[in-house]
Amino acid sequence: MAFLEVSHLLKEFTRGKGFLRSGTRLAAVNDVSFIIEEGETFGLVGESGSGKTTTGRCILRLIEPTAGEVRFRGENVLAFSRARMRAARRDMQIVFQDPYSSLNPRMRALRIVEEPLVIHKLGSRDQRRARVEELFRLVGLDPAHLDRYPHQFSGGQRQRIGLARALALNPSFVILDEPVSALDVSIQAQVVNLLIDLQQQLRLTYLFIAHDLRLVEHICSRVAVMYLGRIVEIGPAAALFAAPQHPYTRALLSAIPVLDPDAPRHRIELNPASIDRDATLREISTGHFAAI
Amino acid sequence: MTPPLLRVEHLTTTFDTSGGPVAAVDDVSFHIDAGETLGLVGESGSGKSVTAMSILRLVQPPGRVASGQVVFHGRDLLALDERSMQAVRGAGIGLVFQEPMTALNPVFTVGNQIVEAIVVHGKATKSEARAQAIDLLRAVRIPEPEARIDDYPHQLSGGMRQRVMTAIALACRPSLVIADEPTTALDVTIQAQILELLRDMKAAFDLSLLLITHDLGVIAETADRVAVMYAGRIVETGPVRAILRSPQHPYTRGLLASMPASAAGTAPAKRLRAIEGTVPLLGHLPPGCAFNPRCPDRFEPCTTAPPPDYTAGPNQLAKCYLHAESAIRNPQSAI
Repeated sequence: MAFLEVSHLLKEFTRGKGFLRSGTRLAAVNDVSFIIEEGETFGLVGESGSGKTTTGRCILRLIEPTAGEVRFRGENVLAFSRARMRAARRDMQIVFQDPYSSLNPRMRALRIVEEPLVIHKLGSRDQRRARVEELFRLVGLDPAHLDRYPHQFSGGQRQRIGLARALALNPSFVILDEPVSALDVSIQAQVVNLLIDLQQQLRLTYLFIAHDLRLVEHICSRVAVMYLGRIVEIGPAAALFAAPQHPYTRALLSAIPVLDPDAPRHRIELNPASIDRDATLREISTGHFAAI
Repeated sequence: MTPPLLRVEHLTTTFDTSGGPVAAVDDVSFHIDAGETLGLVGESGSGKSVTAMSILRLVQPPGRVASGQVVFHGRDLLALDERSMQAVRGAGIGLVFQEPMTALNPVFTVGNQIVEAIVVHGKATKSEARAQAIDLLRAVRIPEPEARIDDYPHQLSGGMRQRVMTAIALACRPSLVIADEPTTALDVTIQAQILELLRDMKAAFDLSLLLITHDLGVIAETADRVAVMYAGRIVETGPVRAILRSPQHPYTRGLLASMPASAAGTAPAKRLRAIEGTVPLLGHLPPGCAFNPRCPDRFEPCTTAPPPDYTAGPNQLAKCYLHAESAIRNPQSAI
């Protein structure tokens, strides 16, 4: 039994709908399937509009998918009742991209991190405070700053607060949606290191959603590449980055700026005509699939 | 030797705060030669955008250029009257902003906005300007420019909008273009196209380029020379190859080392080599070198006074006492 299994996930949005107008349907996530094994970091990459964020939100049912299955430890999350879903979210958490807009500016750090415990009616006031202090230390924040407001923290510290909140209920699965892309370069590395440390310490499984391919290559064990709502290539990070098979993956990887000024640059322009939209994923090498 | 196209000397721009004036740009000097691309790299708050705004005299109160010189084509821009300065903006120095979504006016067609730039500078009549605008859109490789010229910004993709921005910046044939994070809001494949466009335009229009970015990858792809800013000061300058291959300031070294290198498939994932601590607030800079609390190589002199420029390699300068003994002090700090 896989830790998380997403099968044939579909999310359609309706565009241009109005009075007496039915509008057109657009699949933001189109027949997406993948498996995440316990303890791994699975990367979901793609450009804006590729459907990677929508996929993450559908897994937690922050957006209700149109069709498909999401099995978490064998149980179909999409069939859960509201109450059952709320309980399940204790084990499945998300950290958002923007540490500036994702924290309530009117709440002190203590309340932000404590809120999941309050919602799930866990512990007394003192126990909750002790737990928040513990979480603060865990993510490298000073518990002396519990009573500060979000604006009194730097971007990196705010992302640590978001992480502390996500970890408050001891989840085993955390979706990281562009967790460092809003941060400065020198701060990104600190937060990435924290994510790596926490994963080992707390045995977390990550779904890492990002557009920074260098970072994904660095920390993910397996990667799926999304293009226009579909997964066009999926496989072990090493194989996928060394020998990309799909024309889109090739174009995407060749567009990453190279730090070595003397390295040869072979940029591959994406020719949309070279993409066979009807192609299904087929295995290229062990565990490495491409829709070609 | 021909004088450089742009020479910035001891530029200081301050912002008045309740705690007194704070220098967002602190004694910054650099030059750009004709045909050269200078990459100005730094994190948020390092002063790189304020430097660009100071050059164009677009700093808004409570900010103001406190001292220094900005010599462009032999004239000090800081000494010009506002009318002459307006002629320099656009016609002498073009500007490409970060956000093509907000920098374009949503209620005018892209054609109107290009034509306006040309007509304001008295370079052509309206009908001539429209023909020029179509040529410019073709130059920045917008397909079907005759049709796109009547589009509104929202009808174009982010990459196309950035091409329109570039066309506006080029409209009055400036000799220098300042591009402030021109690709930050764009996807990586679009970023690659825009960087290629900037390189091509530089050749086609005989431009110099001041490219402002936080991304060392963008620098590696486009710049001839690099200036690294930290807390309002340029801490290191040099040829791009030297900066990326043998950075001499501990901050530059730290930035390069903190970037993920290829380590695919290594489980468990390797930690990155992060720079410890955070960027200091401008009003609360530590004494001496602003980087010293985060610096792994800190020693006694670092906390006493801000270090001057030291020669750290051929055409490479670093504001770091590590280079004090080995090098001759550069008295002019003008590179």
